[in-house]
Amino acid sequence: MSASMNLTTHRVGALVVGAGGAGLRAALEAGRLVDTAVISQVFPTRSHTVSAQGGIGASLSNVEHDDWRYHMYDTVKGSDWLGDQDAIEFMCREAPSVVIELEHMGLPFSRMDDGRIYQRAFGGHTSKFGKGEVHRSCAAADRTGHAMLHTLFEECLKQGVHFYNEFYTLEILLQDGVACGVLAWDMVRGGFHLFHAKAVLLATGGYARVFRTTSNAHICTGDGAALCMRAGLPSQDLEFLQFHPTGIYGAGNLITEAVRGEGGYLLNCKDDRFMEVCAPTEKDLACRDVVSRGIAEEVRGGRGCGPQGDYALLKIDHIGKDKIMERLPGIWELAMVFAGVDCTKEPIPVVPTAHYSMGGIPTDRFARVVTPGDDGAETVVPGLYAAGEAACASVHGANRLGTNSLLDLMVFGREGGRQMGEYVASQSSWLDLSESAGSAGMAEVRRLLNGPAQRAMGPLMEQLRLDMEMHCGVFRTESDLRELKGKLAGHRAAFANLSVQDKGLAYNLDLIEALELGHMLDVCSAIAEGALARRESRGGHYRDDYPRRDDAGWHKHTLAFLEPGGGVGLDYKPVRMQPLTVDSIALAERKY
Amino acid sequence: MQSVTFTILRYDPAGGGEPRYQDFQVNITKPGMMVLDGLNQIRWEQDGTLAYRRSCREGVCGSDGVNVNGANMLTCVTHIEEVARKGRVVIQPLPGLPLIKDLVVDLEDFLRKYFTVKPYLITRAPAPDKERLQSPAERRRLDGLYECILCACCSSSCPSYWADPEYLGPSALLNVWRFIDDSRDEGAQERLDILDDHHGAWRCHTILNCVEACPKGLNPTKAITGIKTALLKRKF
Ligand SMILES: Cc1cc2nc3c(=O)[nH]c(=O)nc-3n(C[C@H](O)[C@H](O)[C@H](O)COP(=O)(O)OP(=O)(O)OC[C@H]3O[C@@H](n4cnc5c(N)ncnc54)[C@H](O)[C@@H]3O)c2cc1C
Ligand code: SF4
Repeated sequence: MSASMNLTTHRVGALVVGAGGAGLRAALEAGRLVDTAVISQVFPTRSHTVSAQGGIGASLSNVEHDDWRYHMYDTVKGSDWLGDQDAIEFMCREAPSVVIELEHMGLPFSRMDDGRIYQRAFGGHTSKFGKGEVHRSCAAADRTGHAMLHTLFEECLKQGVHFYNEFYTLEILLQDGVACGVLAWDMVRGGFHLFHAKAVLLATGGYARVFRTTSNAHICTGDGAALCMRAGLPSQDLEFLQFHPTGIYGAGNLITEAVRGEGGYLLNCKDDRFMEVCAPTEKDLACRDVVSRGIAEEVRGGRGCGPQGDYALLKIDHIGKDKIMERLPGIWELAMVFAGVDCTKEPIPVVPTAHYSMGGIPTDRFARVVTPGDDGAETVVPGLYAAGEAACASVHGANRLGTNSLLDLMVFGREGGRQMGEYVASQSSWLDLSESAGSAGMAEVRRLLNGPAQRAMGPLMEQLRLDMEMHCGVFRTESDLRELKGKLAGHRAAFANLSVQDKGLAYNLDLIEALELGHMLDVCSAIAEGALARRESRGGHYRDDYPRRDDAGWHKHTLAFLEPGGGVGLDYKPVRMQPLTVDSIALAERKY
Repeated sequence: MQSVTFTILRYDPAGGGEPRYQDFQVNITKPGMMVLDGLNQIRWEQDGTLAYRRSCREGVCGSDGVNVNGANMLTCVTHIEEVARKGRVVIQPLPGLPLIKDLVVDLEDFLRKYFTVKPYLITRAPAPDKERLQSPAERRRLDGLYECILCACCSSSCPSYWADPEYLGPSALLNVWRFIDDSRDEGAQERLDILDDHHGAWRCHTILNCVEACPKGLNPTKAITGIKTALLKRKF
C-alpha cells in the first residue's frame, strides 16, 4: 500500500464533524471552553446552510406582538404532535437570544424603517395560537443561510477555531459505548486520519439527496445517521422527509416559502387558487406537507399545468418588480437561470421537491445522543452529541415549519457545544483506543479502491434516487414500499460488488461519491422500513392506504437499527409530551 | 440526440506528467443543461477519474469556479448552450492557482489573503441587549458586498494577482470593504493599516477583469475604489 494510505493520528479535546450552521455554532461555543477542531468535507462556507433562503424564526415582536408560546404552539401543531415538547419549548424560548447574538456577530439582516431586524410571514406561523397572522421570520433578503454561514465562519476566524477542511468522515469511534473520535479521509492528498477526541459532535446535515427531485446539495447524503447506525446506534424517524411544495420544475431547486409570505400564490391549469380549497384559513401559507399534497392532488386530478400537466404555477409578479428585487433577488436569479422565467412578469413552474430531513440521530434537548439502554429508551451515549439537520431532538416531529431549521441549528448548536465543552473539561484524559479502531472505515476505502472497476457508479446512484421518488414520495402505499424494499436489496447487492474507477489518492471524487452512496443505501433502507411499518398518515409521511393519523397506534418515534446482514430492525419510543414550564399541548386534529 | 464536445484539462499529480487536454462527448439529454450536468455525465458514465468540486449546484456555495472558453464562471449555473462555440466547450481550472487534480485548484493562498484582512465585525462598544440598529439605507450599502461566495473567479482573472504573489486580490478587498462600510463596524483603522501597502489596495490598476468574472454580479473594483478613497482621506 502506498505511503499516503498510512494513518495519521491527531489528538483534540472537542471534535465537531460538519461546518454548516450547527457545526460552526457548536464549535464557537465549545471553543470558548476547550481545545476544539472542526472537520468538514467541504470548506465551511460551502456547506449546505449557505442555500437557506427565507429566514430564521424568533418571536422578536418587531412587527407585531409575538410570544414564544405562540411559536411553540405552531411548532407542535406543525410537527403533527410528533415533536417532543420539552425540546420545542427550549428552542422557542431561546430563539430571540440566538438571533440577537447573530446580529451582534455581524449578520447583515434586512432592516425595518426604524432600524430593527426585518421580519416576514411564513407558512404555519401564527399569532395567538392559530388565530392571527404574524411576522416571525428574521431575514437577510432571501439569502439568510448565506449570511448566517458566512457570519459564523467569520466569528470562528476571529476566535481562532481550528479547521480540517475537505476531510471526509468514515467511521465514528466508540469504545465500550463511549465516543472517542472519528476516522477520516484526507480528500485533497488521500490518506487516513484518526481524530482521537474526548467528545464528538455530529453536525453532518440531512439526507434529502436520496430523492431524485431535491432542493439539496450533492453532499446531503445522510452520512451522520448512516455512520451512527453502523456504530450500532439507532436513527430516529427517518421516514419523515419533508417535500417542499415549491421546487423549480425539472430542476428541484428551491423557491422559498417567503415568496408566498410576501404575497405570492399557487395556481392550477384552470387559474384556480386551489389552496383556498385545501386550506381555507391559511391558504397558500399552510404547512408544507399540506401544500405539497395540494399540488400533488391537482396533478393527480388532471389539473396540473404545462404540456404534461405535471406542475403548478407560483405567481408573484403582482407584488411589483421593486419589491421582488429588494426582498427576493436570489429567487429572481434562480427562476431565471433554472426555469428561464422572469418572475417579475411570469409565474414560476413548481413541483414538490425533497427538502428536509425531520429524522436523524436521536438526541435529548441537550443535544446529547441517546439510545435504548440501562436508563431506558433515552440513555445518553457519553461523549457523543448531534445537532442541526443531522439530529432528531425532535423539534420538528413529522413536519418542520419553515425558519425552524436555522433556529434549530443555532439553539442546539449552541447548547450541544456548551454541553460538549463542559464534558470535555471534566475528562482528565483520553480513552485508550482499541487495536480495531477505524478498521471498518479503512476496509471500506480499501475495498472500493482496490477492487476491479466493472461498472460505473453513477447509474446506480441515479436509479436509487429515482426508486425512492417513485415508491416513497409524497404519497406512499404498502405495495409500493414492498416493491421498493426489493429494489433496495438489489442495489445493496450491486454496491457490495462495486469498486471505483479512480484508483488515485488526490481528490478522488469517485471514491467520495461511492462512500456517500453506501451511506445513502443505509438511510434508504431505514426510510423504507419505517415507512412500511407506519400504517398511518402524519406530517410528511402520507400513506394512501392509511390516510388518517392514528394516535392510538402510532403516536411514537421510530428507531431503526442496522442489522449485520444489511436489514433494518425497528423499535419505538414515546413522544415527550411534557414541556419544561408550560402546559402540554394536547393532541388535536391538525387543520389549516 | 445532440452532443457537445467537452475539452477538459486533465492533470494527475501521481502520474508525474504534464497537464493535457482530453475530449469527451456530452449528450444533451434535456433543455437547460448546465456545464456541471455535463461534467457529472462524463464522470458517472464515461470516466470516473475526472475530478472537480461542486456542492449546492445553484451558484451559492462557490465550490465550482472554473475557466470555460477563457472566462471564469461557475459550472452549476452556466448553460452549456450559452458557452458552446461550434459544438465545443473548453474547460480549464481557474488560472493562476496551483493545481491539485484536473479542475481542482489549491485555494489555500487565496483564502489566507482573505483571512489576513480581518473579515469579521470588529466592535468596541458593548453590544446592547437587543439588536444594534441599522437603517435600511445603511444596510443597503452592504448589498453588492455581502453576497460574495469566495469562488475566486475574480482574483484568478486578475493580471495583478498573477503578477504579484503577495497582492491581496479583488476578493479579499471586496470582503474587507464589506466590513469597513458596515455602519456597525469599528475596525476600519486597523484594516486600513493592512491595506495601505503596495500589495494591498494600491496594487489594483483598475483592469476590471474581476467585475467581468464575478458570477454574482459584484463589483470588486468599486469596493477597491472605496478603500483607496478612505486611505487618501486618512492621509489628508
Ligand atoms: C434551498 C434551501 C433553503 C432553505 N431555507 C431555509 C430557511 O429559510 N430557513 C430555515 O430555517 N431552513 C431552511 N432550509 C433548511 C436549512 O438550510 C438546513 O436544514 C440547514 O442549513 C442544515 O444545516 P446543518 O448545519 O445541520 O448542516 P449543513 O449545512 O448541511 O452542513 C453539513 C456539514 O457537514 C459536513 N459533512 C457532511 N458529511 C460529512 C462527512 N462524512 N465528513 C465530514 N464532513 C461532513 C459538510 O461538509 C457540512 O459542513 C433550507 C434548505 C434548503 C435546501
Ligand atoms: S467577488 Fe465575486 S468572483 Fe470574487 S470571490 Fe466573491 S463572488 Fe467570487
